[in-house]
Amino acid sequence: MFELIGVPPQALFGQLLLGLINGAFYAVLSLGLALIFGLLNIINFTHGAQYMMGAFAAWLLLNLAGLGYWPALLLAPVIVGLTGVLIERFLLKRLRGLDPLYGLLLTFGLALIVEGAFRQVYGVSGLAYPVPPSLAGGVNLGFMFLPLYRGWVVLASIVACLVTWAVIERTRLGATLRAATENPALVQAFGVNVPRLVTLTYGFGVALAAFAGVLAAPIYSVHPLMGANLIIVVFAVVVIGGMGSILGSVLTGFGLGVVEGLTKVFWPEASNTVIFVIMAIVLLIKPAGLFGRAT
Amino acid sequence: MWRPSLAVAAILLAGAAQAQQQPAKISDEVVKLGILNDQSGTYADLAGPGSVAAARMAVEDFGGTVLGKPIQVVFADHQNKPDVGSSIVNRWIDVEQVDAVIDVPTSSVALAVQEITRNKNRVHLNSTGGTSDLTGKACSPTAVHWTYDTYALANGTGTAMVKAGGDSWFFLTADYAFGHALEQDTANAVKKAGGTVVGAVRHPFPNNDFSSFLLQAQASGAKVIGLANAGADTINAIKQAREFGVVQAGQQLAGLLVFLSDVHALGLDTTQGLTLTTGWYWDRDERSREWAKRFAERMNGRMPTMVQAGVYSAITHYLNAIKAAGTDEAKTVVAQMKKMPVNDFFAQNGKIREDGRMVHDMFLVQVKKPEESKGPWDYYKVVRTIPGDEAFRPMNQGNCPLVQQAEAQPAPR
Repeated sequence: MFELIGVPPQALFGQLLLGLINGAFYAVLSLGLALIFGLLNIINFTHGAQYMMGAFAAWLLLNLAGLGYWPALLLAPVIVGLTGVLIERFLLKRLRGLDPLYGLLLTFGLALIVEGAFRQVYGVSGLAYPVPPSLAGGVNLGFMFLPLYRGWVVLASIVACLVTWAVIERTRLGATLRAATENPALVQAFGVNVPRLVTLTYGFGVALAAFAGVLAAPIYSVHPLMGANLIIVVFAVVVIGGMGSILGSVLTGFGLGVVEGLTKVFWPEASNTVIFVIMAIVLLIKPAGLFGRAT
Repeated sequence: MWRPSLAVAAILLAGAAQAQQQPAKISDEVVKLGILNDQSGTYADLAGPGSVAAARMAVEDFGGTVLGKPIQVVFADHQNKPDVGSSIVNRWIDVEQVDAVIDVPTSSVALAVQEITRNKNRVHLNSTGGTSDLTGKACSPTAVHWTYDTYALANGTGTAMVKAGGDSWFFLTADYAFGHALEQDTANAVKKAGGTVVGAVRHPFPNNDFSSFLLQAQASGAKVIGLANAGADTINAIKQAREFGVVQAGQQLAGLLVFLSDVHALGLDTTQGLTLTTGWYWDRDERSREWAKRFAERMNGRMPTMVQAGVYSAITHYLNAIKAAGTDEAKTVVAQMKKMPVNDFFAQNGKIREDGRMVHDMFLVQVKKPEESKGPWDYYKVVRTIPGDEAFRPMNQGNCPLVQQAEAQPAPR
């Protein structure tokens, strides 16, 4: 039977792999979003802009400071993460205890301001960022030509997701974090500085977005609006996975990447709609998301 | 019985009659040029502020006055939205005495401006708009389409690539009207030249990741992958084709709408070998280089795109026509423009047809390899000069009502 609707199996394997690669971006981005929502109860609409800032930070480090890809992979998330810390300290903090809608409006406005400012300075054609020489080229897998860099993206994303999951679910720090979400007052009574914990969590979520941005820089052009296009899909991923579920958002990210990849073969026109159709179906059947717990 | 209104009407009528006999020379004592384009969005780098700079250069080089009256340049951002563009142009004409609307990228806005300028009898000099409908069913006696159109691009690149051996095509097409039109036009040109179209994939607009579509194009075995999209989509598709070794494996990419600013953004490493059609290139002869260098001095070293050069050329021709016709009345000036050949750094022996198409040579170019490039902005080598009459759609195939009217008149017996 191995010719599915005119598509030979080789092509199919190729598309599955490509889907996995795109899923890697969805996973890292939605992980950051889920983390921020789960612990801060904030719907971070600035996430796409922060992803874009990560890519721009890498570009600026290369062109102004002469620092290549590998230092940028560490430095850019730190720098952008720090801007996240400032946003939390001076803006988001004041909204604590209010309806999540206020946080959404604030972060949405911030995203528009940041994207507008970058557009003003760097124009709209996008900037070129080279693939690091150590990852240039590719390997022929028999069924497709896999650029080494894309392979690296999948690997780096999986590691980032696993580390984040392990820290939150398996360490003492993670346990404190989860406790602080459940009952901040009580955790504070134990002598834990909860506000600082919250600030750092937001900073970390933002750093994850910037990390994805650096990963994306050599593949997509570094462009002021690169995050605006992606963020809506990522929100759908988070909703499907279940708001605030860390493992759920990671698995959903990879899974939907694959589904989208297959749609691009069988019905290309629908490939940007399929995720939203799935979202609608999931919301009808399981309103809390695939991995979410109904509250 | 004294009726002031009647008297006023009589005076106005007399004035109007006089105006009919002897056209008012320059309306409102000023010739005002309105540059309408995208100042901050997708098309800002290829036209945008650069087009305004080109317009100012044209006015300065002309001496700042025509028939003794000052020439002014104003500009506005239409944000690629037809409603925004329409309200700006209405205000320009009704309140601010703008005589000519110039540049106008984004086909939907360009078509809206074409309607307004036709109805209100003002000149429309379009340089950046793509759709060949501007000189087809939407043609106007007060409009000229200067630099390029979708037909010329599709025809130039499609035909030339088939002749060069690229006789089987696969299209990556942006899934909306513009992409479909570009694909259709190119497919026609390819088939006419004896080539075949083996397939096409319609990608969502806008789209970030093209790897899946590129793999399908690769699997199709076509010799040429035609990119029927624009802007960021084209940039991403080219970048990722390079990443997946599509060109290295022997397939050729054909960019159907690529500007110099796109190549600059992508870099030669990524774009080398890309074949495309352009209406003008700065490094072609002494005159074009001289002008381009003056432009770059004003634009932080950015070399002009074909459409920015087109803005300068169109304005200069327009001002010359005003001088020759002795008036700035729209229909008279455009008729005068059609009588005069265009000879400048932009076009040699260009001519404006009855339907408003400025017919000039187009150039099939290939993007240089990094080692072939002598410096920044040295990007293209001209593979072939496409004669204007071959490049553009024959006038009788455009369904322009102006042309049909002329043809429908019975021949004298």
